[in-house]
Amino acid sequence: MLEIAGLTVRYGEFRAVSEVTLSVADGEVLALLGPSGCGKSTLLRAVAGLEAAQGAVRWDGAELSGVPVHRRGFGLVFQDGQLFPHRDVAGNIAFGLRMSGLARAERESRVAELLELVGLAGYGARGVRELSGGEQQRVALARALAPRPRLLLLDEPLSALDRMLRDQLAGELAELLRKTGSTALVVTHDHDEAATLADRVALLRAGRVVQTGAPEQVWCSPADEWAAGFLGCTAFLPARVRAGEASSVLGSFAVAGPDGPATLGLRPAGLRVAERGEVAGRVVGRTNRRDRVELSVRLDEKLGGHEVPAQSGVRTAPRLGEEVRLALDPDGVALVRP
Amino acid sequence: MNRRAGWSWAALAALPIGFLAVFFVWPVAAIVGLGLTDGGVLATLSSGQIWPIAVFTIGQALASTAVALLAGLPVAFLLARCRLPGVGLARTLVLVPFVLPTVVVGLAFRVLLPDSQVLAIVLANAFFNVAVVARTVGGLWSHLDRRAEDAARVLGASRLRAFRVATLPALRPAITSAAAVVFLFCSTSFGVVLILGGARYRTLETEIYLRTTQLLDLPGAAALSLVQFAAVLAALVIGAASRRRRNATRAGERPGEKLSAAPDGARRPAGGEWWLVGAAVGTLVLLLVPIVALLARSLHTSDGWGITGYRALLTGDTEGTVAVSGLDAALNSLRTAADATVLAMVLGVLAAVVLVRLRRTGGARPVAETLDTALMLPLGVSAVTVGFGYLVTLHALPGDLRTSPLLVPFAQALVVTPLVVRIVLPVLGSIDDRLRQAAATLGAAPARVWREVDLAIALRSLVAAAGFGYVVALGEFGATSFLARPDAPTLPVVIAELLARPGEQHAQLAYAACALLMMLTGAVVIALDRLRIAGRAGGLGEF
Repeated sequence: MLEIAGLTVRYGEFRAVSEVTLSVADGEVLALLGPSGCGKSTLLRAVAGLEAAQGAVRWDGAELSGVPVHRRGFGLVFQDGQLFPHRDVAGNIAFGLRMSGLARAERESRVAELLELVGLAGYGARGVRELSGGEQQRVALARALAPRPRLLLLDEPLSALDRMLRDQLAGELAELLRKTGSTALVVTHDHDEAATLADRVALLRAGRVVQTGAPEQVWCSPADEWAAGFLGCTAFLPARVRAGEASSVLGSFAVAGPDGPATLGLRPAGLRVAERGEVAGRVVGRTNRRDRVELSVRLDEKLGGHEVPAQSGVRTAPRLGEEVRLALDPDGVALVRP
Repeated sequence: MNRRAGWSWAALAALPIGFLAVFFVWPVAAIVGLGLTDGGVLATLSSGQIWPIAVFTIGQALASTAVALLAGLPVAFLLARCRLPGVGLARTLVLVPFVLPTVVVGLAFRVLLPDSQVLAIVLANAFFNVAVVARTVGGLWSHLDRRAEDAARVLGASRLRAFRVATLPALRPAITSAAAVVFLFCSTSFGVVLILGGARYRTLETEIYLRTTQLLDLPGAAALSLVQFAAVLAALVIGAASRRRRNATRAGERPGEKLSAAPDGARRPAGGEWWLVGAAVGTLVLLLVPIVALLARSLHTSDGWGITGYRALLTGDTEGTVAVSGLDAALNSLRTAADATVLAMVLGVLAAVVLVRLRRTGGARPVAETLDTALMLPLGVSAVTVGFGYLVTLHALPGDLRTSPLLVPFAQALVVTPLVVRIVLPVLGSIDDRLRQAAATLGAAPARVWREVDLAIALRSLVAAAGFGYVVALGEFGATSFLARPDAPTLPVVIAELLARPGEQHAQLAYAACALLMMLTGAVVIALDRLRIAGRAGGLGEF
């Protein structure tokens, strides 16, 4: 089990990581989520031992601050692979096995096993420059997994790939992490990726942990308006929770938790165009997406005249200036409690 | 970096810096001091005698630089931008003159142009340096994104105008830096001027030699060294400034893609570009002329064609005119150059490793730049001054080095080390730090990381550096002619001695020795360039 306690990384006066305390249980995948520059990669590198840090990093209770990178037994995968250009695919995957002094025969069988695992059986003799971006990332993953690291560190492992491939590989990677029972720390700026890969998400902002929780919990109940904004909310309305129900000018839906005032964060998916919708407004902006149309709707004056995001199907999308009715979808909104 | 690591880096840096201090700065400073304290500087400077020499030095260097640029730029275009059969061969060919021994080149041009000494000096100096222009400018040119030029064309610029507004400004740092280095080499060129200029056309460099060895005017020589040193320093500073700018151009181009291949900007030439290709081919043919002329002359005897010279060289049948046989001199050359290469590799690789480390540590960049320039200094400072400096300082060291067989290798290593640094540094510098980090997380300790990543990736460039360093040491003439003991001369020294004597027999021997030296050098260069280290990083000859 990994424990990070009061970890701080300074670059001169600047604190890239500030007083971070987190833990990752055995077999758990924790995603470090945040915008670029929030310190999530620096935190990962500090755990690997690549950045000088104050505070504690412990593995099963043993302090690691005096342990150099090469003795930590953590695997690391970079955003862009960083495969050794002078070695072939098998040579890359076998690298860590050679370092640990494994005999040749065992090395070869382990390499074959990993090539199989990442879906590249038979690629051993290829040069790494001949590989596509997706193949390179698979090799990088196999290389990191080969010496059976006690913790796997993934630094934006899919960001350098195009979208189709990213979605596909995210699924494969998630399955692979479960199958190998890996304990892992994944850095990402994409909540989709975090939700696919991780059991738990730690949301970072300016070097500090803002919130930790299951992906869906963070998605539905962000810690504050900034977190909600980072998770896609573009408009906020006042709301109130009473007797297990959150209500606002848009209507009400069931929530858990204590009574009191709250803020409703709105994403396009939270308000759908529907004939029998409870709320009326006029379309003032629209953007086509591949499978939906995102709208900007100005609500009726009697609802306060707010401008809110909404969405509709592609075939039934309203025109600019058209009057529409909207229905609230609780799965698409976030409730921020003070 | 923790304190202990800091100390071990300092220890690594201490060796090259210490060598530079003891075997370069000290001797040169001693010479300068000699000039200043004896009051010879003012006397020499005001005598009016040296000004014509200074003017000639700068004039011939400027003319040579201009010729080298004019001849080298079309070749740079050919190497960087043209997809034609034989470009690889051209890349190798253009390199051969750069490492030919100065004595060989001087002699070749004496064969070609026996009656016009000034022209021969200018052309011979340019001959050496076409490679510097072609490889330095070509290196940057092939990394330039061709799309800037394409954009200008789409916006309505003619081919020529697109070149002027889009390509030329981007190339300017490389052109300036190449010109500065070429000017440096030409103004301190020794062997060529000594052989071609005779007593009539003298540069500061040959004048220093003359005053020291023949007139024993040490203060005068020191004064001249001082003048030369100031000029060299100015040229080096200009070169370093433009190198910085060039690196900025390159880094801005494709951030984060250090090791991936640059987009191939080479195409089949079109329209007016064929004129440039023609000019480049012309240059390459002209580069072959002196080489062929020398080979022909070495086979030309008083009674037709023959190999008398070669036979005399190998059998040692020199009729007692030279202290040792040609074979002995050749063996001596090989041995000395090997010692010098080993020394230069140790110093140069250490320096490159330290420089890469310093560059990666943000705050240490200015230190790295200064060290980088300091390491280049021996290339520009008169080898004669250095040799002369050894004679006046090294007796102070324990074990009189002045009579040691190691003296010549030390002086040669001084010339070779900067070349090693220039070849190895770009390769080591292009290794992404995250590769090292990946190796570390996979369980490699720091020394193992260095072996498995740095050394493994840079291995070919190390072999190349050793090979090129070896041929340069083999042909080194300036310092060697000063320091070699009479009973153990190197091949270039023997050649110069033979030339100084009258008689066809001696000339024959000299030409044969030259041809041998040239073939040896050429073979090494061609073999090494096949290693293709120069391919991507622009590697060799890029200053």
